[in-house]
Amino acid sequence: MRPFLPLQSSASACTHQPVRGPGARAGAVAIRAGKLTMIGVTIRGLAIALLLGFAATAFAKEAPVAKEPAAAKTAAVASQKCIDCHSQAEPTDKSAAGKSVLLDPAKHAKSLHGSGKAACVDCHAGEEMRKYPHKSPKPAQCESCHAKAVKEYASTIHGKARAEGRMVAATCSDCHGTHDIKPTSDDAAKTSRANLEATCGACHGNEKIIREGKIPGGNVSALYHDSIHGRLLGGNTKAKDKVPVCTDCHGTHDMRPKRDPESAVSRANVPETCGTCHGKVKKVWAGSQHGKLRAATVLQAPGCTDCHGTHTIADPKTPKWQVGVIKECGGCHTEFIKTYRDTYHGQVTDLGFARMATCASCHGAHEVLPKSNPQSKISDQRILATCQACHPKANANFVKFQPHANKHKKESGLILYYTTKFMQLLLAGVFAFFGLHTILWLYRSLAEMKAKRARPAQESEKH
Amino acid sequence: MASQVQAGQAAAAGRHGAAQKYYERFDRVDRVMHAFLMTTFIGCAVTGMPPLFSDHEWAAGLARLLGGFDTAALIHRICAGVMIVVWLLHVVRLFTDAIRRTGFLAMVWGPSSMVPQPQDIIDIWLHFKWFVGKGPRPQFDRWTYWEKFDYWAVFWGMAIIGGSGLVLWFPAQFALFVPGWFFNVATVVHGEEALLAVGFIFTIHFFNGHLRPEKFPMDTVIFTGRIPEHELKDERPNEYRRLVAEGRLDAVETTAPTPWTLTFGYLVGGTAVILGSLTVVIIVFSVIT
Repeated sequence: MRPFLPLQSSASACTHQPVRGPGARAGAVAIRAGKLTMIGVTIRGLAIALLLGFAATAFAKEAPVAKEPAAAKTAAVASQKCIDCHSQAEPTDKSAAGKSVLLDPAKHAKSLHGSGKAACVDCHAGEEMRKYPHKSPKPAQCESCHAKAVKEYASTIHGKARAEGRMVAATCSDCHGTHDIKPTSDDAAKTSRANLEATCGACHGNEKIIREGKIPGGNVSALYHDSIHGRLLGGNTKAKDKVPVCTDCHGTHDMRPKRDPESAVSRANVPETCGTCHGKVKKVWAGSQHGKLRAATVLQAPGCTDCHGTHTIADPKTPKWQVGVIKECGGCHTEFIKTYRDTYHGQVTDLGFARMATCASCHGAHEVLPKSNPQSKISDQRILATCQACHPKANANFVKFQPHANKHKKESGLILYYTTKFMQLLLAGVFAFFGLHTILWLYRSLAEMKAKRARPAQESEKH
Repeated sequence: MASQVQAGQAAAAGRHGAAQKYYERFDRVDRVMHAFLMTTFIGCAVTGMPPLFSDHEWAAGLARLLGGFDTAALIHRICAGVMIVVWLLHVVRLFTDAIRRTGFLAMVWGPSSMVPQPQDIIDIWLHFKWFVGKGPRPQFDRWTYWEKFDYWAVFWGMAIIGGSGLVLWFPAQFALFVPGWFFNVATVVHGEEALLAVGFIFTIHFFNGHLRPEKFPMDTVIFTGRIPEHELKDERPNEYRRLVAEGRLDAVETTAPTPWTLTFGYLVGGTAVILGSLTVVIIVFSVIT
């Protein structure tokens, strides 16, 4: 598929038009701005005129208002004239901006607006539209009916990015569609649970747009798709209807960047957001050392995503995740992961096998507590039971094993320290002596062989 | 120098197919023991290196190649078990031989003993002098000092690695009578000593036994058990003279190695040398990086 070309714009207000890649939905290819200069109506692109400053604020209303039946009829009648022309256009008929002016009346009729609730000119507003040919028509606008939503949108990460001139950010029509807008409760809607992954993914899953638009986070759509949430969403279990889709964590018209403290995905708010579904886990975490630190406003203490990731959240029952998360613990507990890797537990898990004890096996996962707390899995009161989970015959001697002994420090035991020193000396001594021995021997042997080769004639004469 | 000239003559005679005398250096039990030791050692080394170098890319790949953690651990423990049996059998054999044939004195003293003698210290000194061209090559007897070092390195190594390995294999059982720190020490000792053993066998032992120019690419004596007369005279002149003096030379004379055993020796020995050298390359690379 050929990429859509940016629209020609004669408007001074607009200097940048994003180029959408081949993967972008046709519907998402909204006309961002600019005036259309010739005959023709932009059929796509309900959006955004408001952000460029020529929104018809005079028509603003507080909320979408269902029109009275009489008004709806009027709207339908009024629109029929537009539809008569635009439904008969050839697919090759284009506006000056190169956009098709063809309208599929059946599709439009099934949409939320097409059922007579809104007339064409409600969105494609302006006196210009009532004349033919339409000279310099304005882009479609939503604000005249959806003023509240539009205002909310302006405060979102998308709205702010657009206000800063980053026109790659999504606007109304990118998420809701154009002539095919349906209520979110309708499975066919772009904003339905079933379609949201694809809708957000049109930008956040399109490598070209991500690269060229410098969209933060990378291909989060692909990551989400492979995450446990994405997999369950695409699966056939009951969880299908419960797992979060993009907006469940990020919000809709209240979507904020994670650096914004108000954001549902900000560092401080993540536990609350995850806790809406994972309430029990959140409660356990809140009682843990990590949770207590958080409550004491130590924001560095890990919340959900520090261990589980964000869009990559994996099934915690998979060995790959169980051994992978060790690195997350080790990211903060740097000394402990080093000494852990000195033990057989740490080595086997490092090789990718989850048969051996991971951090959580001994310390617990969400319930992690310091050794001094009797509730801790590694407290003197509970350590035996913890070891016995894997080593049923473990006794009091057994649990005196130091899973985090540092063999290079005397504090971990003098015998261990000096044994390590002795072994290192032994290795160094043996290899130094025999290394020298071997090198000298090799040198002498080669010299002898060379001498021998130099005198074979003499030797054969002696026989 | 005279012995080298003799050796040259003998080698020439051997090459020309003239009657070449062979003497038995390793009997059948020695050879079978070495074969078991060799295979189980390589088995333990290959399955044991991944955990020891778990932070390297190749380690995880090798562990998967070996069939994953469970299979690799099983191979390691089977090899270890067999090696311990070989070690025990060897100790038993030492004593039965001492009782039946040689007596205990010969086991701990004299040219047939593996116990280091004052002569070994002298030999080390003389050997180094020869290395640097300050003297003739020393006259060795049945066991040279480096062979004794090989032997004791393996003997001690098997006791240490085997012992610590058993502690780590059966922690709950050992915890009945050893303190907790014992497992920390066993972990260190098992790994470091294994590194020493693997590093030593796959470099020093391979060089001394096979890869040095006189032997390259392979000394098959450990597989055939037979040493040609010229080699015995050249490399172990003291043993040769002793056997002649004691009138036992004829008793140890044996047939020439069959082509089959020679091929087998080259094949098995060569495989071991290649596998071992590869392991060393990987270890050296890992230790450096």
